[in-house]
Amino acid sequence: MSQTTVSRRNFIKGVIAGSVAVSSAAYLFRGSPLLSGQAARTGGVERLLTLTVNGQARRVDVAPQETLANTLRYKLGLTGTKLGCDRAECGACTVLVDDVPRYACSVLTHAVRTKTIVTIEGLAAADGTLHPVQQGVVDEQGFQCAFCMSGFIMAAVGYLKKHPDPTREELARGVSGNLCRCQDYDKILTALHRGAALSRGVARG
Amino acid sequence: MAIVHDVIPPFQLYQPASVDEALDLLDARGQDAWALAGGMDSFDWLKDRTKRTSVVVELGQIAELQGIRESGGGFEIGAMTTLTAVAEHAGIRERFSVLAEAAELVASPQIRNQGTLGGNVSQDARCWYYRRGWHCYRAGGNICYADTPTAVNREHAILGADRCVAVSPSDTAPALIALDAQMVIRRKGAERIVQAADYFRGPDIDITRMTVLEPGELLTAIRIPATWAGARFYFEKVRDRQVWDFPLVNVASAIKADGGRIADARIAVGAVAARPLRLQAVEQAIAGRPLGDETAAMAAELAIQGAVPLRHNAYKVPLMRNLVRRAVRGGPMGATT
Repeated sequence: MSQTTVSRRNFIKGVIAGSVAVSSAAYLFRGSPLLSGQAARTGGVERLLTLTVNGQARRVDVAPQETLANTLRYKLGLTGTKLGCDRAECGACTVLVDDVPRYACSVLTHAVRTKTIVTIEGLAAADGTLHPVQQGVVDEQGFQCAFCMSGFIMAAVGYLKKHPDPTREELARGVSGNLCRCQDYDKILTALHRGAALSRGVARG
Repeated sequence: MAIVHDVIPPFQLYQPASVDEALDLLDARGQDAWALAGGMDSFDWLKDRTKRTSVVVELGQIAELQGIRESGGGFEIGAMTTLTAVAEHAGIRERFSVLAEAAELVASPQIRNQGTLGGNVSQDARCWYYRRGWHCYRAGGNICYADTPTAVNREHAILGADRCVAVSPSDTAPALIALDAQMVIRRKGAERIVQAADYFRGPDIDITRMTVLEPGELLTAIRIPATWAGARFYFEKVRDRQVWDFPLVNVASAIKADGGRIADARIAVGAVAARPLRLQAVEQAIAGRPLGDETAAMAAELAIQGAVPLRHNAYKVPLMRNLVRRAVRGGPMGATT
């Protein structure tokens, strides 16, 4: 069978994948107006925004009540930003808004429409070179299950922009707005501290 | 009520560009309008569906509500200035360090990066019965679920309770009271100034609101007068965890000394009553007395007069006593916990 022909097997796989995507979206939003084309109430903000995310201008239709975490994950496909508690109590959704770490679960997307947003997907260079803090995490194997990892990394990157040479204690305070349910804090701090050193140009080795 | 993990129910969103525009909106929409600052209090209500709103007026786009300006030897702080900006401001750290320390001890770094000074003093009570949607006094009902024989009330009030036993959760409020701060409140076509100590309301006056803000009004700025610049300050917050947590008790003081004697003092305590308490009787009692352990001990005993603990919060009485003693005595212990 030639490569260009759509095989029955691949066709069926495609249909399954497509319907899974649809049904999981329906589950995630549970009949909410986000995906079902909510009738716009009169007055208020224009729903169509151009967000600056990871250096790109992204056109996106955003409901007035939508949080940044939901826009990033379910509209822009940037699922590296995790949703843990959805109540500003865990830090997994941390992203940078104008270089400042914020909980994306607790920001209205419309409130940051003029800001510059960076998520974990936007840290690595265009050629794939990891951000020094990411490299520090790889070098030290800083996380266990790593669900909290992108939030921790974004919090650390934001903190290091203002405090490039922190002690371990200062860095712990800097990322104290993030929780790890694996209780892997010691290794996480070692990894992030290594990332801080790499950010300052300290050689690996 | 279960924790809801779903998007917030729909509302109309307005993003005014000026205070006047915001006041027009609040005036036109009345009780329906929800003024949104950093949102760190609001989103819990809206996500949990314990409170709903049809109109949100988001204040983040209004430049005049942002920033810290010099004003007659003191500062005028826009109500939408973040807690991080307050905590890091060089002038506030130098002249009014008690406020910088209080702001730095709020919640977590990300919350301080978004939460505002205006929001921190205007936030609602954190009583979990109330926040979980129980129909209590504060929610318009006729019972306090935190003040029953089986209630969990470890974090509730020991002073000034009137039916509701919730406490003021703000960390910056006692510091602002200690600095004689003034709250600038605007509504369409009018402005009024309220002393920080009078900005907060107890349940004896209005059991459903924490502040004097009426529908249609907006806290636009907080003025720190020059009065206490460079005074001897003390702030301490005791909480269960070193991050995120609201205070079990916090204390702020400003003391001017003259030849080893206390010339004038301000002392305010948070999380012991529905409003942050300015301890005026203590201030008057220590005026003119020598600085030192004896005066501090006297102040501490006086501070807790009339305290009535609930079943699980008797620890707050000695905690408050010890914090007031340190706040009068001064020393390096401040702001460590």
